[in-house]
Amino acid sequence: MSTPQLLFKNRRPGETVFLKGYRATGGYQGLEQAFRDLTPEEIRQRVNDSNLRGRGGAGFPTGVKWGFFPHDKPGPKYLVCNCDEMEPGTYKDGELLAADPHQLVEGMIISAYALQTDVGYIFIRYAYEQQAENLRRAIAEATEAGYLGKNILGSGFDFELHVHGSAGRYILGEETALLNGLEGKRPNPRLKPPFPAVKGLFGRPTTVNNVETLANIQHIITGGADWFRDLALTIDGSGTKLYGLSGHLNRTECHELPVGTPLRQIVEEYGGGVWQGRKFKACLPGGASTPYLTAAHLDVALDFDSLEAVGSRFGTAGVTVFDDRTCMVAATLNLIRFFERESCGWCTPCRDGLTMVAWLLQMLEAGQATPEHHGMLRDQLANISGTSFCALAEGAMGPLAGLLEHFEQEIADHIKKGCCPFQ
Amino acid sequence: MAHEENIEQAGLLEEEQIAEFIHHAGQIEHPREMIIDILRAIQKNHGWVPDEGVELTATILGLTALEVEEIATFYDKIYRKPVGRYPIHICDSICCWSRGGEELAAHLQEKLGVALGQTTADGLFTLLPSCCLGGCGRAPGVMVDQRFYGNQNAEEIEKLIEKLRQEAAA
Ligand SMILES: Cc1cc2nc3c(=O)[nH]c(=O)nc-3n(C[C@H](O)[C@H](O)[C@H](O)COP(=O)(O)O)c2cc1C
Ligand code: SF4
Ligand code: FES
Repeated sequence: MSTPQLLFKNRRPGETVFLKGYRATGGYQGLEQAFRDLTPEEIRQRVNDSNLRGRGGAGFPTGVKWGFFPHDKPGPKYLVCNCDEMEPGTYKDGELLAADPHQLVEGMIISAYALQTDVGYIFIRYAYEQQAENLRRAIAEATEAGYLGKNILGSGFDFELHVHGSAGRYILGEETALLNGLEGKRPNPRLKPPFPAVKGLFGRPTTVNNVETLANIQHIITGGADWFRDLALTIDGSGTKLYGLSGHLNRTECHELPVGTPLRQIVEEYGGGVWQGRKFKACLPGGASTPYLTAAHLDVALDFDSLEAVGSRFGTAGVTVFDDRTCMVAATLNLIRFFERESCGWCTPCRDGLTMVAWLLQMLEAGQATPEHHGMLRDQLANISGTSFCALAEGAMGPLAGLLEHFEQEIADHIKKGCCPFQ
Repeated sequence: MAHEENIEQAGLLEEEQIAEFIHHAGQIEHPREMIIDILRAIQKNHGWVPDEGVELTATILGLTALEVEEIATFYDKIYRKPVGRYPIHICDSICCWSRGGEELAAHLQEKLGVALGQTTADGLFTLLPSCCLGGCGRAPGVMVDQRFYGNQNAEEIEKLIEKLRQEAAA
């Protein structure tokens, strides 16, 4: 494999690497280097120079986010890792923690030092119990080794790290809902501002980052910002990315590849081509909330800017492929039903709007829709976009927008034929 | 904060568990963050969380039952109604859907003779639809006892059911 493996370098099928194995391939050297040679400010600067962008879906530059953080404000501050990972098609963080939990633990300790936070939480979904156990063991090992706890490596810096389990629900991945959930409150999202950096967990300054984002930090320390940027295939991109493949491919696995890997290579080389000898019709490039790409996009580089340029999003890089026998109305109905069921119910565009969209798509799929319903679908897209309290409903509009942009003909066919043309 | 002796027990938590939760709650700044942990512990012992479980959690943490209830009912993996020995969460999200998830759910319903949301007469299985379980690369899949079983089809799922039946009988 030509791509340097940072996050997946210790991954072996069915195995989990703990402290000994992790150290054997250079684990905790980044941490030792950071505490020995760098000030917190220098670490933040290096992360900023690396151009690392958040791996949780929104792609916000990590260095910029960290720049907002009041690291010198006295009193308790928190670093929270988001391992809710419940967006359909996204399973990369689960794969990483199943294989190599110390990747996250090391990254969090260095990040905590850079941000001068004294307590960290890993918020982890219910279904990842094995991963949570791996983390508890890794945390115990790191504490034993003097990487966690009081006066880490004689630096005078203290950091404690906790694993916090959840009990289902996608909305917990939204960072302010997550904070409410962690506090033991009903997990509706919070109004922003104030942003978590100002008033987050328990009302105190908090940074929330994704698992993969945090696991990249030690590699940026050891390899340097320039090296990290050069890992990407695109000029503006940086680093590697965990691409989780799913859907109608011959092989549906998770791979660490350069940011900017073209879709065609993902489908053909890593996915082994579309299954059952069929043709590629469409894909979700970055999880359930990203607008579809079509066969016309096979040469697009999978990166934040290049995907935005074609009207989609890089999201979490969970690539779900659909073959040419897939009804895109039915696929979109499935996606909308997911968002509808997972809606927290706080705001009307999402609570009522998504139900309406699901009903319209159901009418179409059942062959009972008229051109008027097609128009109503467009209206709902316009009404819901930009009006919801948090980004869940906005995300739900991704596949709907993709359907209306690329598959108008399919919608019209459902209406004209009075049934689903794929059945 | 509650004292151990005040708590009505109903066998939902072991005495040592209660003592441990109370001790921990006394040590941390925001004990309310333990709600899910306690509800999950009750569910693990009792199979589901009855009203007494909500009240017990409230007593341990010094909250009202309503404050606990609004949390308990938010999460789909906290069961506020009785379920079978093995709740089977069937993923109905897009990756599983694309690889036969609907057929799998139909097969399970037929095989067990219950609809989604129902429990088999022998009290062993409850079928529950679930959103993505994080096993999208091994679709379609189900989750039982917080374990994901991927690459399922009619034959595989029957083997799993049989395995669980034997486990329960043992
Ligand atoms: C409905 C919803 C679900 C989300 N789920 C996740 C998730 O599971 N994991 C995650 O890291 N970010 C998720 N996010 C994004 C987070 O709100 C937040 O942007 C992210 O954790 C920040 O980390 P990053 O900057 O390192 O990407 C979600 C956002 C929304 C609106
Ligand atoms: S968009 Fe509104 S209803 Fe939907 S999850 Fe966000 S806050 Fe809740
Ligand atoms: S979509 Fe079924 S496990 Fe993710």
